[in-house]
Amino acid sequence: MTATANATPLVALRDLSVRFVSRDATMHAVNGVDLDLAAGKVLCILGESGSGKSVTLRALMKLLPRSARVTGRIEVAGRDVQAMNERQLQDFRGGDVAMIFQEPMTALDPVFTIGQQIAETVMRHEGATRAAGMARALELLELVQIPSAKRRLAAYPHELSGGLRQRAMIAVALACRPKLLLADEPTTALDATVQIQVLLLLRKLQEQLGMGVIFVTHDLGVAGEIADRVAVMYAGRVVEEGPVGAMMRGPLHPYPRGLLGATVHGGMRGQRLTTIPGAPPSLETLPTGCSFAPRCAEAEPACLAGVPEPRSPVPGRSARCIKVAAG
Amino acid sequence: MSASPSILSSPDRGGPAQPLLLLSGLKKHFPIRGGLFGSTVATVRAVDGVSFAVRKGETLGIVGESGCGKSTTARLLMRLMVPDAGSMVFDGEGVGQNAQTGGITLKDYRRQVQMVFQDSYASLNPRLPIEESIAFAPKVHGVAPAEARARAHEILAAVGLAPASFARRYPHELSGGQRQRVNIARALALQPRLILLDEPVSALDKSVEAQVLNLLVDLKETFGLTYVFISHDLNVVQYISDRVLVMYLGQVVEQGPVEAIYDRPAHPYTRALLASRPSMDPGRRRTEPPLTGDPPNPINPPSGCRFRTRCPFAEGLCAEREPVQSALGGGHEAACHMAEPGSGHSQAGKLAA
Repeated sequence: MTATANATPLVALRDLSVRFVSRDATMHAVNGVDLDLAAGKVLCILGESGSGKSVTLRALMKLLPRSARVTGRIEVAGRDVQAMNERQLQDFRGGDVAMIFQEPMTALDPVFTIGQQIAETVMRHEGATRAAGMARALELLELVQIPSAKRRLAAYPHELSGGLRQRAMIAVALACRPKLLLADEPTTALDATVQIQVLLLLRKLQEQLGMGVIFVTHDLGVAGEIADRVAVMYAGRVVEEGPVGAMMRGPLHPYPRGLLGATVHGGMRGQRLTTIPGAPPSLETLPTGCSFAPRCAEAEPACLAGVPEPRSPVPGRSARCIKVAAG
Repeated sequence: MSASPSILSSPDRGGPAQPLLLLSGLKKHFPIRGGLFGSTVATVRAVDGVSFAVRKGETLGIVGESGCGKSTTARLLMRLMVPDAGSMVFDGEGVGQNAQTGGITLKDYRRQVQMVFQDSYASLNPRLPIEESIAFAPKVHGVAPAEARARAHEILAAVGLAPASFARRYPHELSGGQRQRVNIARALALQPRLILLDEPVSALDKSVEAQVLNLLVDLKETFGLTYVFISHDLNVVQYISDRVLVMYLGQVVEQGPVEAIYDRPAHPYTRALLASRPSMDPGRRRTEPPLTGDPPNPINPPSGCRFRTRCPFAEGLCAEREPVQSALGGGHEAACHMAEPGSGHSQAGKLAA
């Protein structure tokens, strides 16, 4: 978290907390997240279901429902997202920041053609004419490598295959050349041979357009293909953050270490898989100590004394574990 | 489970050399109706001539992308659907025939072949405590209720759920991993010989997936089971399978021992599929995807070899003639003109081991 301190980061989250309050219970979904993203870099937020990774992503665009209580500071491209009113948010969403989702069929409007949906975004944000909007739509479909792009402009979402639909959604998101692209598991629902195509496309577009990308995934392989840096979340906190290569070679925190051991990859035949015992904690009560301690093989009484602060044994890497040497 | 003889036990019949399940020429086509009078306007060729054997005691992995027919194959295998053509022989007995003609009735067949589904919640009755769900099928097959419940407790313990605290719970009171354990327990309750696992760990988080995979390996050992394991996750299939079957657009394109498939893939589709796996090592990133485009629609599959529209080696021959399964040694077979010496393809025979 220190590597980007000298440049002004594209995204700066400080002590972000999100609670969902209902009459019956309060869910502590995100509990004090600090994250930075430098312009033109790819950060993967890695975590299992319920870790708070998608909630963090949605908070960046102020897309959370009214029941969410958001505290902390969210800065994107130098602007305070929390302070924006509805009108400013409309300009901000789709202009500076765009988002792509796991399921393109629900993210795209079924009653408009792909061309109309892209043109609408350009017309709304840049005041362009419909003709100019359609011309941009064609460029964008070619940019995301949709074959016979001209014909596909007039296609409705249901007429496209899963891979093409995902490309069309990326085209809508890129319509106004956002500085920041938020991606919520955009390749999870795709077939293997299509997933790698979309991942490589996203990386190429990110380099070409110089976008910053925050990519949420539960798949270590996807992070390995696309990330510059990785933030691992557990129970609403970032437990480890650092460059992707170093983290894949030797994670500092026991949770990502367990996750790497539990992920099946080639050459593990006949070996017993290492598992992380138990299940993630309930988010209804905020644990006072390290949230991973109940499942951690190395836990000791000191782990429960308080939430471990991030420690940084080497510059650019940090982990919330008392066993990690502070640098 | 207790060693006492049960009315459910089903001894081996044909000996270890006879395949437990033999499928040949299995076909399932779905008509698409349309037009004014509901005439058939197109046909989805979901499973189109699939033949394979499941050997006793092995784990057979089936991989493929969406639309390749792996789930339809599973439903045919369970006889949840009746095949349009083809035969199924279970340990020497024709499935769905009666005892007079040397066959096995569907009721007996389904007792010996059980299935675990991907969606652990949708496949359990939300209004039954899990012990009742597990005891349900044995009761249908004539086990006394008290005995069925006692055995449900034994099986729950075997899948790692303490009966004292879990038996009376309802499905919504369990986590995804625990529910999948219940589904496995329910499949085990009939003492089956073959368990069909359709994407059993795909909906689970990684740390829980490893727990369930370890459990499946243990149960196979303990109860002497045979598995058919269907998944789109190539790493999981490599981990758990003895033999692997690769499907594409309703057909088997390659099959063989797991080492042969993963170390020496012969079919261009298998090679592309394996190369599409994301790498956890950022130092080994690629710039070009192994394949372009999506899998074609099974409604109107390409003529000849169905992979030719995406295949980098396709020639004129591939559009004209459907490739046959060519043996590559050691039970390794691929349906590709390049694997068949003398097929007329310019690279024919170069693959043969």
